Amino acid sequence: MLKRIFHDKGGVWTIAGLVLLFLFPLFLSRFYVYLTSMILLTGLLATSLNLPLGYGGIYQFHHAVFYGAGAYATALMIQKSGLSPWLGFIVGPLVAALLSLIMGLICIRLSKLYFGMLQLSLGSLVWIVIYRWYSFTGGDNGISGIPMPDVISSQKATYYFVLLITAVSVFCMYRIIKSPFGRVLQGIRDNPVRSAMIGINVHRHQLLVLVIAGFFAGVAGSLFVVVETSVFPDMLFWTLSLEILIMCLLGGMFTFFGPFLGAAIIICMRTFISGYTDYWTLPLGILMMLVIFFLPDGILGYVEEKLHKGFRERAMEPAVKES
Amino acid sequence: MDFIYTIISPSLLTQIFVGLGRTVVLFIVASGLSLILGVLRIPNIWHGSLYMVGAFVTFTVANAFGGGTTGFWMAILIAPLVVALVSLVVERSFFQHLYEREHLMLLLLTFAFSLVFGDLVKMVWGTGYKSVSAPRFLEGSVDLFKGVTLTRYNLFLVLIFPIVAVALWFLVNKTKIGKISKAAAVDREMVSAVGINVSWVFATVFVIGCFLAGLGGALVAPTVSISLGMDHTLIMEAFLIVIIGGLGNMWGALLGALIFGMAQSIGILAWPQFGIVFPYAAVIVVLLFRPTGLLKSTW
Repeated sequence: MLKRIFHDKGGVWTIAGLVLLFLFPLFLSRFYVYLTSMILLTGLLATSLNLPLGYGGIYQFHHAVFYGAGAYATALMIQKSGLSPWLGFIVGPLVAALLSLIMGLICIRLSKLYFGMLQLSLGSLVWIVIYRWYSFTGGDNGISGIPMPDVISSQKATYYFVLLITAVSVFCMYRIIKSPFGRVLQGIRDNPVRSAMIGINVHRHQLLVLVIAGFFAGVAGSLFVVVETSVFPDMLFWTLSLEILIMCLLGGMFTFFGPFLGAAIIICMRTFISGYTDYWTLPLGILMMLVIFFLPDGILGYVEEKLHKGFRERAMEPAVKES
Repeated sequence: MDFIYTIISPSLLTQIFVGLGRTVVLFIVASGLSLILGVLRIPNIWHGSLYMVGAFVTFTVANAFGGGTTGFWMAILIAPLVVALVSLVVERSFFQHLYEREHLMLLLLTFAFSLVFGDLVKMVWGTGYKSVSAPRFLEGSVDLFKGVTLTRYNLFLVLIFPIVAVALWFLVNKTKIGKISKAAAVDREMVSAVGINVSWVFATVFVIGCFLAGLGGALVAPTVSISLGMDHTLIMEAFLIVIIGGLGNMWGALLGALIFGMAQSIGILAWPQFGIVFPYAAVIVVLLFRPTGLLKSTW
């Protein structure tokens, strides 16, 4: 097992990254530890969006709804039920997955743009209900001061909890993508008609990936509750969904770790730029335009393409010499 | 029986009229969006920002002319033109290079522009609320018959509607540019093969669509408090209207706006706290039964 991991270059990098992340709280200040946990959970959110978007070819325009639903379910469960808070962390993702299933069942018959638009409208409905239901969800004030279990209430413990859950979730998603199911999904993305012809149930596969993505978005939402101990209706607003889309595009939609990278870049940019000025969306918009015009495959997509080109040229060389 | 009496009450009729006024504004904005979506196939999220810019420019122009009647009319005339000019510059310098890209990219590009314009508006006009007053003869309300009151401004909006609708119908069906754009929506390569400069046709259609967004913003300015973020709610509504009407279909936009405006105004009467839920629910009901919209789309 270990040998296989170290044989694979990607595996080495991943383990090095994890060790680095594990050591972070030892030499970074509180602020950077907080920032890293935000990056981790947002990266998890962006990666979960990439399952249907990059690998499934589904226009998942309103992913933030599942993030927000997971967060609200966790928060409400902890605050209103009086049961163990740990139960909230299980309920949150499950509620998000259930919502994803319901919305998926309604939307799945529609193609591309219509799918995205119906999802936006359903998601806006959820947002408005949460935004207006003052007696239950706290309306536009959200819910704050959610009590956390003692074990994860200190900042370092929170960080390690977020790191652990994110790592496990991302690993699960990686396995899903590399599984036969993931391959079938990519086949459906590239040619839905042909996939249907060879006997694949296209809608069932798409529905399943939507539910999986909803579940992991819910996990990210629960982690947000752990880090911030509060939730806001803005977490379900459609502009956040498009920001997550931007993260995926910036990092590279057709690579596994691209969305994570995109999330890290955008969270860092937002934090440092809003330290200097009130105008944060302007640089984000400009960055977005630059990416669309010059790097349509995203940063990792570009790097990967360059690497592959290098490999191919090196592999071609002997053949060229012989001829 | 009491229930029926409360439903068919003067307040309902009043509310229906409020809904009609809202419908007109929604129609004007959504028809512009529909035009761009139908011909250029751009899901233009930036449209909402143009609506917001239109409202803010109305505020500035109306104040520059000292408010009152002259200021209002000048603002209604100038604001859409300013918006159209801005959109022309942006179309020529950015959008025209990207027509062949997939929808996701176009959606994100227009979203990027809406982010940039959100901050630009914040820089120019600040974060406060602005308001424009309508000229005196459009203020106040008329008593139609006992209990049913119509605000004059809504009456004015309902009177504006046929002018805009006829102008749009004429433009799309009777002028050369309208016919070319219809053809280009179906097959742009064929249109350019017969020697028509499709790029400029697209630019014209785009600018007309954006002009409508500016007009909608200018017309709505006296009835709302002009603020940042008004673009976000409106663009979502406009998109849903276009979707339930059928992409690119002008009459579909009208039908969608009517459904949306009515659901909104009557919903507020029926259940004040959750009135805003009704239009979204109406959209979902429509899409469940007619997944590609009520009328035929041009795609």
